[in-house]
Amino acid sequence: MRKVAIYGKGGIGKSTTTQNTVAGLAEMGRKVMVVGCDPKADSTRLLLGGLAQKSVLDTLREEGEDVDLDDIRKSGFGGTWNVESGGPEPGVGCAGRGIITSINMLESLGAYEEREGLDYAFYDVLGDVVCGGFAMPIRDGKAEEIYIVCSGEMMAMYAANNICKGIMKYAQSGSVRLGGLICNSRNVDNEREMIQELAKKLGTQMIYFVPRNNDVQRAEINRKTVIEWNPACPQADEYRGLAKAIDSNKMFVIPTPLAIEELEQLLLDYGLMEA
Amino acid sequence: MAPADNAARRPPQEIKEKLLEKYPPKVARKRAQQIMINEAQGTTPPEIVANVRTIPGIITMRGCTYAGCKGVIMGPTSDIVNLVHGPIGCSFYAWLTRRNQTDAINDSGANYITYCMSTDMQDSDIIFGGEKKLAAAIREAYDLFHPKAIAVFATCPVGLIGDDIHAVAKRMKEEFGDCNVFAFSCEGYKGVSQSAGHHIANNQVFTHVVGKSDTVKTDKFKINLLGEYNIGGDGFEIDRILDKCGIKNISTFSGNATYDKFASANQADLSCVMCHRSINYVADMLETRYGIPWIKVNFIGAAATAKSLRKIAQYFNDAELTARVEAVIAEEMPEVEKVCQEVYPRTAGKTAMLFVGGSRAHHYQELFKEMGMKTLSAGYEFGHRDDYEGRQVLPHIKVDADSRNIEEIEVEPDPLLYKPRKSEEEKAALAEQGLAFKEYEGLNPAMDPGTLVVDDLNQYEAEKLVELLKPDLFCAGIKEKFSIMKMGIPMKQLHSYDSGGPYAGFRGAINFYREIDRLVNSRVFGYIRAPWQENPELSGTYVWE
Repeated sequence: MRKVAIYGKGGIGKSTTTQNTVAGLAEMGRKVMVVGCDPKADSTRLLLGGLAQKSVLDTLREEGEDVDLDDIRKSGFGGTWNVESGGPEPGVGCAGRGIITSINMLESLGAYEEREGLDYAFYDVLGDVVCGGFAMPIRDGKAEEIYIVCSGEMMAMYAANNICKGIMKYAQSGSVRLGGLICNSRNVDNEREMIQELAKKLGTQMIYFVPRNNDVQRAEINRKTVIEWNPACPQADEYRGLAKAIDSNKMFVIPTPLAIEELEQLLLDYGLMEA
Repeated sequence: MAPADNAARRPPQEIKEKLLEKYPPKVARKRAQQIMINEAQGTTPPEIVANVRTIPGIITMRGCTYAGCKGVIMGPTSDIVNLVHGPIGCSFYAWLTRRNQTDAINDSGANYITYCMSTDMQDSDIIFGGEKKLAAAIREAYDLFHPKAIAVFATCPVGLIGDDIHAVAKRMKEEFGDCNVFAFSCEGYKGVSQSAGHHIANNQVFTHVVGKSDTVKTDKFKINLLGEYNIGGDGFEIDRILDKCGIKNISTFSGNATYDKFASANQADLSCVMCHRSINYVADMLETRYGIPWIKVNFIGAAATAKSLRKIAQYFNDAELTARVEAVIAEEMPEVEKVCQEVYPRTAGKTAMLFVGGSRAHHYQELFKEMGMKTLSAGYEFGHRDDYEGRQVLPHIKVDADSRNIEEIEVEPDPLLYKPRKSEEEKAALAEQGLAFKEYEGLNPAMDPGTLVVDDLNQYEAEKLVELLKPDLFCAGIKEKFSIMKMGIPMKQLHSYDSGGPYAGFRGAINFYREIDRLVNSRVFGYIRAPWQENPELSGTYVWE
């Protein structure tokens, strides 16, 4: 089983990209479990068709110790398993601690066991790696490959670089590696070249360039992944392409994060010079 | 005894070098500033670095901010429900461990000192926040006891997850109407030592409790006793003497305290400060807001007790009171002197080291002096520079980020209750006669030149000092007790007094003379070394030696 975590700046499209890619993998016949690690618990909406999902932590709180795997995972599009870690309401408690508890719970219930026949476990993690709890999927070998969703916008690249620092920290003591950057295009000038260059500097690859297309929004409104909503549209092929790229990926590295000056220079060289 | 002579011969500079010898250069540089060779007090007394972070890796004697707030200041209060918001260990291990005694019967007929109350936070409370559980615990305590006040203490995780304990306290107080609920942000990780916790505790007591009592205190000579925690019954003995003199101690901060006593503190006419470190700012605030002047007192040591009583009498300037104070001293002293003379031949010339508190390392030297004992080295766990060098350094103390992290409250004269007890002229006149207001000279001037003053002593240096100077007695806390005793040196705990006390006042002095005589003349410590340590069958050295 391959254990994949998707990180990236808040609002960059991690959950959307993850679910659309998982739909592509499922279509290829892969057995996938998606674990949403966002307290908002909205990482599996498209795969479940908007079905309200009871989170691991809510279940744990209500049922106490007596929790069954079936209480916390739901079957979705293409035979995917979907889990939402959940967490406190905004502004209280410790969401990071919640993710640690939730992933440990899944493990102790055997969600990752051989008999489940999983090809992939995907962790969709909230925003930046803000604290130890959100780094949980990359600690202790919970996730072994990381993909960072980014775009040609400065803050998205800045966040990608920061996440690489987090990966580097844990890679030295564990098995976690960076699998590549996924460029979720915002139609920034020279975006493809800039992200390719950033990836090169980080020691990795831009594994796929997902063009901007309003079909993604249309599918979302219908609570579906693009592949389920309209399997024939061009954007569906893009996600199939991303799924294939991940499925055949062999490049796993310990990233080399950039100094902030280097990052700014990259932006100058590719973006602002022409503006 | 030979070791004392040895110590006297050994130059202090050499001892200091030996203490620093094994440290890495950076650590040695920092520690060197906290180890001071005392000099005769000239115009520019030497500076010591104090109240700074302990270097990680060093086994410090210090406690945490929670210990300072919940354990030291609020722990001794009897009728305030002390509720700890956190995992159970923080509460359990702070439960009845400080030997602060209370009256079984007090002014409110309620005493919760024996209870251990906690919200017992679990994993899910950390994740989802513990405010609801805290509110439920406060309500449960209220329903069970209907106390006058409930105090809530934050432990480390509460600060990390950001539970708003003050908002919960305020809401519950409004809901109950007849119970004052207030909270302390005393997370253990704050500040550099327990000193931060004292400050946090005192600020909240001053903000939420002082001045809130309707009881009118009518006694003629009313004082507050600040910084007396009634360990082993010290406060009982001091109150016995004060009562006998006709001086009414209306509020002790915080030994044997009750809510009403705290709340009445504004009615005293004089504040007497025992432990300068933990409470001097409360004395200042009482003066600013209510016009109550303060003096430094010390009831540790018979002579110091007599001196403190005379200072109080001098302040009130009443012939009858002065006569009564003199009569009490005359009545109490003969017995004290009798016991002192009895032990003196056995204790004179013995040596001691004291590493305790923020004032005890100073105060107890009085008792040792009375017994003819010499203090070779002393220092505080959590003292600041003014506790060593005297209050004149206060304007020159650099306020660092760690101190800024602790709330400082600004007080104004109370529009209704402010009443200067003495005019500036009266105070100046009293000062002229030798009664110093707001004055504390600190530890250093009380010690002989050539002695070592060490701030924030640690396990390694403690053992090294004992090895080099071989004192006849070592005084510190429970964490140090057994490692020192294993070195064959008698050890007296001056935080909790082991199982003894009181040691304050006249009767306390008698207890202390007897206890110390028993310790320094016990032969049992001569048998500490096992036979195989004297005559080993096999011996070796570490490879790095």
